[in-house]
Amino acid sequence: MSNKQRIASVRANGKGGGTWTFIGQRGSALVLLALAPWFALAAPLAARGGYEGLRDFFANPVHAIAVGVLVVASALHMWLGVVEIVEDYIHKPASKFVLLSLNIIVCAAAAGAGVVALYALAMGT
Amino acid sequence: MATGVSAQNASRPVAPHLQIWRWHVTMLASILHRATGVALTLGAIGLAGWLAALAAGPAAFTPIDALLHSPLGQIALYGLVAALGFHLLAGLRHLVLDAGLLFKKPSANLSAWIAVSGLVIAPVALWAALMLLQG
Repeated sequence: MSNKQRIASVRANGKGGGTWTFIGQRGSALVLLALAPWFALAAPLAARGGYEGLRDFFANPVHAIAVGVLVVASALHMWLGVVEIVEDYIHKPASKFVLLSLNIIVCAAAAGAGVVALYALAMGT
Repeated sequence: MATGVSAQNASRPVAPHLQIWRWHVTMLASILHRATGVALTLGAIGLAGWLAALAAGPAAFTPIDALLHSPLGQIALYGLVAALGFHLLAGLRHLVLDAGLLFKKPSANLSAWIAVSGLVIAPVALWAALMLLQG
């Protein structure tokens, strides 16, 4: 087996990333460190106005963009985190493949749905 | 052979002590970081659904809002705030550890305790802030 093949099999069965996993996890962490506490306070305050109050909150493009960044950073952060957990505990190749694929689908869907919803909220449609 | 092995073992340190150990706060911080990470992942999926329902209109939003205001929903939200409080502080601790700081036992233990305290501090602080900001 050539070194190239060995590297390919290691990448398929274990840590896919390296430097970029490290940077992505910590970069998204710094973004969330700022945005998550803000949203935890701002969302219940806006929710006091009920449905209309929340629509008003997200009609402000600054709020919509900030929550959009929060959603995308969360998706990246949780994708990398769940990859770590699956690789630690799941060793059967088939189960690991299914879970890692499911992880990508769920995180991408959450980010996509969140961003589309925020766009619609900001545009008032 | 058997006596040889035991004689050799007797001269060596016997480790690990599988029955003589206790929970350390650093172990608790480690596993809680995972557990709260999974909880917050579910919370983020819920946030995306909540945003989609809000964008879809009152017909979709009303039942979800009612669920969040039910006792079960309130407990879930309380749990999410507690998980966020811990995960943020523990994450901050990991960033500091990545920089090579706080590795001495007392500071590693203290920072782990501070992170664990986030489980209580975050919900209380948020509740107090929302009370103070009552218009």
